[in-house]
Amino acid sequence: MTETLKHIRYVLTENPVTLFAFSLFGFILFCALFGPYLAPYDPLATNGAATLKPPSGAHWFGTDALGRDIFSRVLVATRLDLGIAFFSVVLTFAIGALAGIAAGFFGGWVDRVVGRLADTIMAFPLFVLAMGIVAALGNTVGNIVLATAIINTPLYARVARAEANIRRNAGFVEAARLSGNGEGRILLLQILPNILPILMVQCSLTMGYAILNAAGLSFIGLGIAPPTPEWGILVAEGAAYMISGEWWVALFPGLALMTAVFCFNLLGDGLRDIVDPRRRT
Amino acid sequence: MLRLIGKRLVGALPSVIGVLIVTFLLTRALPGDPAAFFAGPAATPQAIEEVRRALGLDKTLPEQFVVYLKDLSQGNLGNSIATGQPVLTEIRTRLPASLELTLYGLLVSVLIAVPLGVLAATRPGSWIDHLCRVMTTAGVSLPAFFTGLLLVYVLYYRLGWAPAPLGRLDIFYSAPPHVTGLYTIDALLAGDGGTFRAACAQLLLPVTALAIFTLAPLARMTRAAMLEVLGSDFIRTARASGLPKGKIVYAYAFRNAMLPVVTTLGMVFSFLLGANVLVEKVFSWPGIGTFAIEALISSDYAPIQGFVLTMALLYVALNLAIDILYIVIDPRVGFES
Amino acid sequence: MSAVPVLAVDNLSVEFRTRGGIVKALEQVTFSVNKGEMVAIVGESGSGKSVTAFTVMGILDAAGRVSQGTASFGGLDVLQASEAVMRDIRGREMSMIFQNPRVALNPIRRVGDQIADVLLQHGNVTRREAPKRAIEMLTRVRIPDPERRAKAYPFELSGGMCQRIMIAIALSCAPKLLIADEPTTGLDVTTQAAIMDLIAELGAEQGMSTLLITHDLGMAAEYCDQIVVMHAGHIVEMAPTAELFAHPRHPYTAKLIAATPKPTARLMDLAAIPGNLPDLRAAEIPPCRYSARCERRQSRCDQALPYVLGEQKGSMVACWNPL
Repeated sequence: MTETLKHIRYVLTENPVTLFAFSLFGFILFCALFGPYLAPYDPLATNGAATLKPPSGAHWFGTDALGRDIFSRVLVATRLDLGIAFFSVVLTFAIGALAGIAAGFFGGWVDRVVGRLADTIMAFPLFVLAMGIVAALGNTVGNIVLATAIINTPLYARVARAEANIRRNAGFVEAARLSGNGEGRILLLQILPNILPILMVQCSLTMGYAILNAAGLSFIGLGIAPPTPEWGILVAEGAAYMISGEWWVALFPGLALMTAVFCFNLLGDGLRDIVDPRRRT
Repeated sequence: MLRLIGKRLVGALPSVIGVLIVTFLLTRALPGDPAAFFAGPAATPQAIEEVRRALGLDKTLPEQFVVYLKDLSQGNLGNSIATGQPVLTEIRTRLPASLELTLYGLLVSVLIAVPLGVLAATRPGSWIDHLCRVMTTAGVSLPAFFTGLLLVYVLYYRLGWAPAPLGRLDIFYSAPPHVTGLYTIDALLAGDGGTFRAACAQLLLPVTALAIFTLAPLARMTRAAMLEVLGSDFIRTARASGLPKGKIVYAYAFRNAMLPVVTTLGMVFSFLLGANVLVEKVFSWPGIGTFAIEALISSDYAPIQGFVLTMALLYVALNLAIDILYIVIDPRVGFES
Repeated sequence: MSAVPVLAVDNLSVEFRTRGGIVKALEQVTFSVNKGEMVAIVGESGSGKSVTAFTVMGILDAAGRVSQGTASFGGLDVLQASEAVMRDIRGREMSMIFQNPRVALNPIRRVGDQIADVLLQHGNVTRREAPKRAIEMLTRVRIPDPERRAKAYPFELSGGMCQRIMIAIALSCAPKLLIADEPTTGLDVTTQAAIMDLIAELGAEQGMSTLLITHDLGMAAEYCDQIVVMHAGHIVEMAPTAELFAHPRHPYTAKLIAATPKPTARLMDLAAIPGNLPDLRAAEIPPCRYSARCERRQSRCDQALPYVLGEQKGSMVACWNPL
């Protein structure tokens, strides 16, 4: 355990970028947790006297066409965006990891069925499939979470399958089998904990992708309905003002979105260094 | 090699079947009554019943699937409520616009990403290596629709270098005579330099936005693959044989490094086709993405289904093309195991 | 016999920069290879054999640096020569073959083309002649059905066949010196002998010198005129083959000879060499890097290493207390 901590410390001090990513993650998490209490204005409150005002001391990120404070809206949106991404990743993890581990561990028909399902999902351009799923199941936040989870599942399933396959006949598994453990028990208690670190790396990388995906869906008008503040919608609302010069309406939510995705991508790379130093690229 | 390509063609069949089943199921998964949905929001109960029978929704699922396949084989994807046109016609007229965007996006992205990755790998630690690293991490973090908007603000509103983000051609030009449907190529075929330049000008910003988003995975993979190949034994042999650096990097290392890069193209296409939809919206591009978004907003289901199906089949075809390209450049395919 | 040597390495030291500090991979390495001679460098893995070869070829890793010494090849110091000059020499006057021949060839290029590449680079042949000359080379390395094999890819050929291709590439321009870095590692035993016989025979035909790098003392004894024994970056002993086997003078050589299986030896006679190579990153490496493993160690072993020349030409031992 101390070895692991030492290694983590080594990676953090050796690679300032990873340290930066961890700090940024802390900051984003803070915004998601406390954003609604810290926002200087009500994110939904309109103000006819102050529409489309550029950034100033009173409104750090300016105001939108209805005079709403963009800083407050961007800040408050953090929770929703992060929440969607988080729940979709949890869902992906639950379905993808279990299906993948089962496929790699049992092989045979389980493997074939999981492989076939994963291939079918992968046969679609993923964002397009997500659009189709949300359109079919209904235009709700829950369905955005579900659609984002489904399109990411094959990636997890593949990683989990490969890792479980390597370990299906490893020494510690044989030992557990010989001491009379059932296959299901071995799968949950021996295999899963062993490949958890590798899957956590995948989680961080897909968090970024999930945020992008959810924001993309809401950008085209799916899922979250205005006036709820959400980064994708905020950018969409500001899009029209880009050609008339009110850049701040779309810029700040876009930057928030970008920062969050950037953070999770960096974090994923950093975690990979911690979990598996050999896979550095 | 032909035998191998034939094998790949057969191998793509399960994907096609999977795509057909999923698009079929998506239709049936509609919340509430699909018949009411297809009949449109203003339909009377009587009209809904009529639609139910017309769509064959009173039959069992397998029967419905057969009917669905039969319709598809006749090119019947239903009609768009908004335009009243058959969905197939709509998609056929709009697809070239999307394809032009996608193909140029891919072309630009490959033309930047591959040299960037190669240079970064041959000069590790240099400024170009750092540039590559920054671009690959930042590129995937930038949503294409946001990049597009930034480009519009800077290059159209501020600098005035690019035309207004309103479709494929400035209103002063008319579309070139239809040959391929790609305006740039049709304009060249017609010998119309002015229209060609106008079409290129309209493409500039959306293509840049797409390219920025997709070059990241390509550059990253190129760099990693080149680094690995340059460290391999056969490169050492080539150096020990006194081959010049250019020959080693391009004839020996580059061709080998392209193998994993070609494999990555599949993922890149997935990114590209998705980002295409978003970029089309930003630039009012009259492609199938915009068509699908309009249909989504008005809950017009047949066009969405047609759109998802078209995109998926296109993607399967692109993946097939990648597989075949791989067979052509790697002599080992089919001999292993 | 006392002509100018083809290769004379003098006082060569090489360092590697690594995360853990500077590794002194080679120190004061001095040896030479005469015309037509086959010289072996033997030692455990990590002893610096391959680093010596790579340095002479000028294909050392970017992390490696020559800190002192010269390596004279036909009067030219290859350590000082420009990359352009070296590129012209490599493959033409000085060639190298490697272990694991199957991965040492470009996997997606036809082997005939790979030979032709080198011929076109150095061999004064036209684009039209090159394929024919490549097939001639395949015949010389005794590859049956050379026309067909020239069109093969490495994955379609056996390991032994690939090593023959490597030899064809290396010898295509009739070099003066061939460096063979563990050429038989990864091949099966019968193939090993065939490959070594081929190298020896073609070398003799062309009057070529060979530097054989191996951990197999038996193989060195069978094919080489002179043996250089390396340990942890030092040459500990060198001597003509017969003398080295008859009178090993360095304790490490003696152990190596005892550790080599012979038809007459019984298993229990095969001595293992105790201890490991010292950590070459440590700031204080003892002058004699074998001293920690040595049974004949004395107090003066902590002084600078002596290089004691033997009576016969080309024999030397670096030891205070030789056998």
